[in-house]
Amino acid sequence: MGAVVAGAAAAARITWREARVVELIDETPSARTLVLDVPDWPGHDAGQHLDVRLTAEDGYVAERSYSIASAPEDARVALTIERIDDGEVSPYLAGDVVVGDAFEVRGPIGGHFTWRVGDGGPVLLVAGGSGLVPLMAMLRHRAQARSTVDARLLVSARHVEDLLYREELEALAADPSLSITYTLTRGAPERWKGFTRRVDMDMLQTVGPDAVAMPRAFVCGPTPFVEAVADALVSLGHTAAAIHTERFGPTGS
Amino acid sequence: MPLSRGFHGRPRRPEVDPSRVPPGQYVTNDFPVLSAGPTPRTPLDQWSFTVQGAVDGGAKTWTWEELNALPQETFTVDIHCVTKWSKLGTTWTGVSVDTLLEDVATTAEYVSVYADGGYTTNVPLEDLMDGKAWVAHTFEGEPLEPAHGGPARLVVPHLYFWKSAKWVRGLDLTIDDEPGFWELAGYHNYGDPWREQRYWSD
Ligand SMILES: Cc1cc2nc3c(=O)[nH]c(=O)nc-3n(C[C@H](O)[C@H](O)[C@H](O)COP(=O)(O)OP(=O)(O)OC[C@H]3O[C@@H](n4cnc5c(N)ncnc54)[C@H](O)[C@@H]3O)c2cc1C
Repeated sequence: MGAVVAGAAAAARITWREARVVELIDETPSARTLVLDVPDWPGHDAGQHLDVRLTAEDGYVAERSYSIASAPEDARVALTIERIDDGEVSPYLAGDVVVGDAFEVRGPIGGHFTWRVGDGGPVLLVAGGSGLVPLMAMLRHRAQARSTVDARLLVSARHVEDLLYREELEALAADPSLSITYTLTRGAPERWKGFTRRVDMDMLQTVGPDAVAMPRAFVCGPTPFVEAVADALVSLGHTAAAIHTERFGPTGS
Repeated sequence: MPLSRGFHGRPRRPEVDPSRVPPGQYVTNDFPVLSAGPTPRTPLDQWSFTVQGAVDGGAKTWTWEELNALPQETFTVDIHCVTKWSKLGTTWTGVSVDTLLEDVATTAEYVSVYADGGYTTNVPLEDLMDGKAWVAHTFEGEPLEPAHGGPARLVVPHLYFWKSAKWVRGLDLTIDDEPGFWELAGYHNYGDPWREQRYWSD
């Protein structure tokens, strides 16, 4: 079985390890970042995820997948979790967990939705809601590696207060080779400079890069969002094989 | 196993038979989607299904109409996705792989299932035979939606659902086992949910 491995990070055996929460950061009213200390973490590529396993006192276990938000260069592993109100795992991780708590994780997982600076660009990153998490790992990696690869980020959220990592992204945007565009789909504050509609072909064309520049596209978010954006990119002439998608959560239909 | 302080989990659902839920899975009523790229859309008049590779007498191809003219089976199965959800009692209609392989003579032991969009997945041939796999085009009485693999997807319910290739276009019978798309990306080569074979080292 050992031959079936892509990427150096995947070469380590994917075993359960105990992760300890060392810091909690409230990102938005419904999302929280957990910074984890994971002994012997084998390292990861930006875009990969890990599995979390929680165990209740009666032995019941629940497993879920979460994208890694931190750059491969960071010593600690960060997750950002959006609370789904009727959910089983996310209200616990984004609500009940306190610093010092521990749970099991294993990873990194996924060799498809990844980007390393060496892969080059241009790159087009399109995020819906918490779909920004793995794309943020890519931008953090890009910044840490001092890459100047042409990168465009388009973030869609419902309300302005739902936008993740806003200050950090603003700081990253000082880099002229990175452009960041927001769109809000459920109303915007006064003097809002971003878009105020769902992502469509016109918006993707404005954000660029054009299909002729053959960007690597990474699209992540709820399934209907990813379907719509990936279809729009195909219609704009982007090569299907260059469009990487990761879908979170239910179909919404 | 270390306990997660303060985690109780959802009240166990009495209607769910735990013996039908593999380890690490939870039961969901919706139908989540997992695919690596955009949804391909092949018009039905350009669609075909092919059995090729190590087959005596050469490849066999069916058009959409020919596939629909073959004997159809309606079957109800539990499905298990490696991203942790399971869906119990799903009903599909399609053509049994046994029907497609009826007149095929081969020494192959493996199949590389291929699909629109360049997706492939590998399955031992015996795992597709004897009523274990279908090429399905109908889900719960409705044409299978493109996002879920329509017009037709393979359904191999006893393996994790990535083996059930969406937008399936053919079976390539192979002498050697040839790891497919997710298998090369670190997922398990066989993918038995009951042995929790999610990743290559499981
Ligand atoms: C590869 C991968 C990476 C992921 N990365 C992240 C991440 O970085 N951050 C993050 O917050 N989540 C991420 N998710 C989603 C995560 O795994 C869980 O699905 C999510 O936290 C909900 O789990 P839960 O136990 O709280 O809800 P569940 O108990 O599973 O579901 C409760 C209810 O919420 C609905 N639901 C489930 N998931 C969602 C969702 N995502 N959006 C809206 N409704 C939902 C269900 O249909 C159900 O009605 C990722 C998923 C995958 C497959």
